This record gives sequence, C-alpha cells and structure tokens, in this order.
Amino acid sequence: MAYIPLVLLVAILAWFVAAYNKLVRFRNQIKNAWHQIDVQLKRRYDLIPNLVEVVKDYMAYEQETLTKVIEARGAALSAKGPAAQAKAEGLLTETLKSLFAVVEKYPELKANQNVASLQEELTGTENKISFARQFYNDSVMTYNNAIQSIPTNFIASFFNFAQEAYFEIEPESRAVPKASLR
Amino acid sequence: MISGIAPACPGCGGINRPGADACYLCGEPLGGHPGPGNHPSAPRPGGGAFVGGASLPPAEARPSLRPIPMLLFTEAARHNVRLSVLLFVLLFVFFFLLGTAIGGAYGDPGTGLGLSFVLYAILGTTAYFSGSAIVLSIHGAREAGGEEHRQLRNVVEEMAIAAGVPPPKVYVIRTAGMNAFAAGRRPEEACVAVTTGLLDRLNREELQGVIAHELAHVKSRDTLYNVCAAVLVGAVALLSDMFLRGTLWGRRGRTDGESGGGGRGNAAFFVLALLLAVLAPLAAKILQMSISRQREYHADAAAAGFTRNPLGLASALAKITSGGPEVPGENRGTQHLFIVNPLRVFDADSSALMSTHPPTEERIKRLRAMGGVAAQE
Repeated sequence: MAYIPLVLLVAILAWFVAAYNKLVRFRNQIKNAWHQIDVQLKRRYDLIPNLVEVVKDYMAYEQETLTKVIEARGAALSAKGPAAQAKAEGLLTETLKSLFAVVEKYPELKANQNVASLQEELTGTENKISFARQFYNDSVMTYNNAIQSIPTNFIASFFNFAQEAYFEIEPESRAVPKASLR
Repeated sequence: MISGIAPACPGCGGINRPGADACYLCGEPLGGHPGPGNHPSAPRPGGGAFVGGASLPPAEARPSLRPIPMLLFTEAARHNVRLSVLLFVLLFVFFFLLGTAIGGAYGDPGTGLGLSFVLYAILGTTAYFSGSAIVLSIHGAREAGGEEHRQLRNVVEEMAIAAGVPPPKVYVIRTAGMNAFAAGRRPEEACVAVTTGLLDRLNREELQGVIAHELAHVKSRDTLYNVCAAVLVGAVALLSDMFLRGTLWGRRGRTDGESGGGGRGNAAFFVLALLLAVLAPLAAKILQMSISRQREYHADAAAAGFTRNPLGLASALAKITSGGPEVPGENRGTQHLFIVNPLRVFDADSSALMSTHPPTEERIKRLRAMGGVAAQE
C-alpha cells in the first residue's frame, strides 16, 4: 500500500518527461523546416543566372522580361524581414512565370536541352519552396496545437514555450491574376 | 503551384485555382456558396486531408475536410513496428510447430526442430536486413540516374519535403506497365520504385500524387511491415510447397519410416504437418492482405495532404487502371507493395478478406470528394 504514492509519482514524472520532450521535438522540427525553406530559396537564386545566361542570346527582343527577372532576384536577395522577403519572393515567382511564358513563344528555345532542364530545375525548386512552406506551417500547427491543449499547455506555459507564427503571404498576393483568353 | 483544394464554382461547375475568390470562367464569387464538393453530406473519407498552408483560401471557401494531425504518422509507425515484431514472433511459433511436425512425420522431431530454427534465423535476418534489396531485384528495379529521370528525382525530392522525410533513393523499372512501390525499414533508408510506363503517361501533378502516396507508406513505416511480410510469407509458401511435394528430405524419411515401424504416432504427426503446411501460408496471406487495405486509404488521404491536390492522384489512379498495372516479376508475395495491385483487379464485390487493395474506383471516388468534385453517380 505504501508504494502507491511512489508509483503514482514515477508515472507522473514519466509523463512529464515525455510531454516535455515532445514539445522540444516539435519546436526543433519548426526550426528545421524554416531552414529547409532557406535552402530552396538559395537554390533558386543560384539557378536564375544560369537560365538567364542560356536564354539571353535567343531573346534579343525580350530584354525587358529578363531584366525584370534579374531585378526581382536582386530585390529578393536584399529584402529584410519576413514580410518584405515574402513579398519580394512572390514578385520573383511572377516574373519567372512570365519568362517561361515567353520561352513558350520561341520553338528553338523550347527545343534547347539546356533550357528544358533548367526550366525543370526551376519548376522543381519552386515546388520545393512551396512544399517547404507548407511543411513549415503544418509543423507550426502541430506545435501550437500541442502547447495550447490540455494537459501539455501547463508544461508549455511553465517552460515558456511560445507560439510560433505561420508563414503568410501578403494580402495583395492572394488576388488571382486575371487570365485573358484573347 | 499545387497547394490547397481546388474549389468548384457553384455557378458553372468549373474547377478553380486554390485560393481563388471568384470563378475564372464565369466570375461568380466562390466564397460562401456551398459548392458540390463541400456539401455537408459529401462523403468524408477516413482520415481526410489536412488543409492549411501558405496559400490558404479564405476559411469559408474551403471544403471542410477532417484534419490529419501529423501525430498519426508516429502512431502508425509505432503500430507497424509492433506488427512487424508480432509477425516475427508468430513466424517463430509457426516454425517451431512446423519443425516438430515435419521432423516427427519423418521420425526425428529434434532434427526437424533444429533445422527449422536455422531456417528461421536465416529467413528472419534476410527479410529484415535485405528485404528491400530482394524486392527491388525481383522486379528488376535500377537506380534512376541521368538526365532522363531528372523530373522524377525532382518530384521525389519535392514530396519528401512536403512529407518531412529524408529524400529516398529512386529506382526505375523498365516496363510498359504502370505501377509504383516503396520499400525500406526506416524513412532514412527508404526507396521508391516507379515503372517507365508510369513515367511516360503521367503528367507532373499525377506523378506527384503517386510519389506522395508512396512516401506516406514510408512515413508511416508501412514499408517495414510490407517488405518483411513479403519476404517471410513468400518463404513460408515456398517451404510448404517443398514439403507438400516431398522434396525437403528426399527419400530418406520414407525408408526410415518403413524400417523403424513409425506406426500411429508418425501418422498423426504427418497429418498435423500436412494441415500446418496447407493452412499456414493461407493464414499468412489473409493477415498480409487484410492489413494493407486500410493502409491504401490512409496513404491516399495522406498523399492528398502532402500535395494538397487529391485530384492529381485520382487521375493517376484512373490512368493506371486503364493503362494496366502489370510489372515484371510480379508474384503473390509482393502484390501488396504496389500502388495498384499488378495481378488482380478488385471491384466493389471483391471479398474484403482476400483483397490486398480497396477497389480503385472507390479510392478515386474518395479522392475526388476530397478535391471538391462530387461523385458522378
């Protein structure tokens, strides 16, 4: 009979350790997910000059599009703070899309093996960026759920596990670009 | 970009970009109106897909799918590890009984037992340590290198990021049949194999769906159990076959039995051995099949959660069904590994007990419901 309190104490302690470790794991996963986004963004910055280099000879009359891409890349590289960076990244994505649209107009460019593989690489990287953000937000949700729900919220508030912010895009980027069929 | 759930327009039925406020075809506002897909009575598949992410449409425009918390994967993984341990324990018991029975049938239980333990040890270590390599080589899978498979490797990396698992090794099977499977004990050492027929005929979104399905198996560690089951069940079936054909111990047993006057005891043993040899592979098969049906639904739902595009996988499954899922080296032991069973087509009437996969139409219907497209009755 005397053992009952002891057993209870050990059980509570074990639960406590497990719950604390779970929160730590979730928090580290968020950090890792955030770095994953950076890795992919960096890869995109590295790929763009290659693409511009390959296509610029073919596109004598499309200098404007190319300049826009290069400018957007520069702006994204030098953007400070998450909000400004998100905006600059969004712009870069848009300019890349218009560049690909231009590539479609040049049959010899489309047939170029280099251009095709660079285009595939950039599409892949674009997707990776958005999936990395998605995974980041999923991780944030799991973590925030854990630190807000009973009983782990007691541990979270005691050890100052703060809520993490979601990755969000600017409200104006949510507007759908008007597609004209003409 | 492929994220979010494509909302269907209440006015013209057009499927719109995720996050769209107004229909791109007729301009009808999308928010608020219950489209055909987010009708409250639309079927909600087991698990559902978690909706959230960078490009969230406004809450009221989203079909309200039941979220999958990511914890489910760790629970599923633990369950799979437990199941795999259980499989090895059951197989140990089976080998113990079979060894005694077959040994007894030939008048020497001790040797039978010893031999079966040795066999068990060999089989167990092979299944655990080189199960994936065996399965890959049975189907002639080669590592996907070179420029031609760049898109496949990119898609696998994308989906690995979405699933939050390390990028697996990518293999290609040269065949016109359309299929894919995943193997590996742990997510860190997983591999994904895809046929060239699948690569040729699927577009990028559909390929994403298929790879996401495979990575869901990897993340929940279905692959651990599936590969162990494939190798062990395959080996048990082979052993029983050998016994039934009387090739295991050749003629020695029979002469022993005659000269030693085995009598009644041996006859009883023989019946028991025969029974075990017939029933064991059957039981193993039922076990292996009844489990993988649930997993397919779960992996489909999880894949929709990774890609946020259930329609991609739905259309891939439709193409696989019409294109033919045959794979070289297909056999009963590995059929449950594939995204669509390469040997048999299961329709709605197939017995639930003996099917490795749910009916493909049912899977497509559930995925379409997730994507906001009402089932066409």
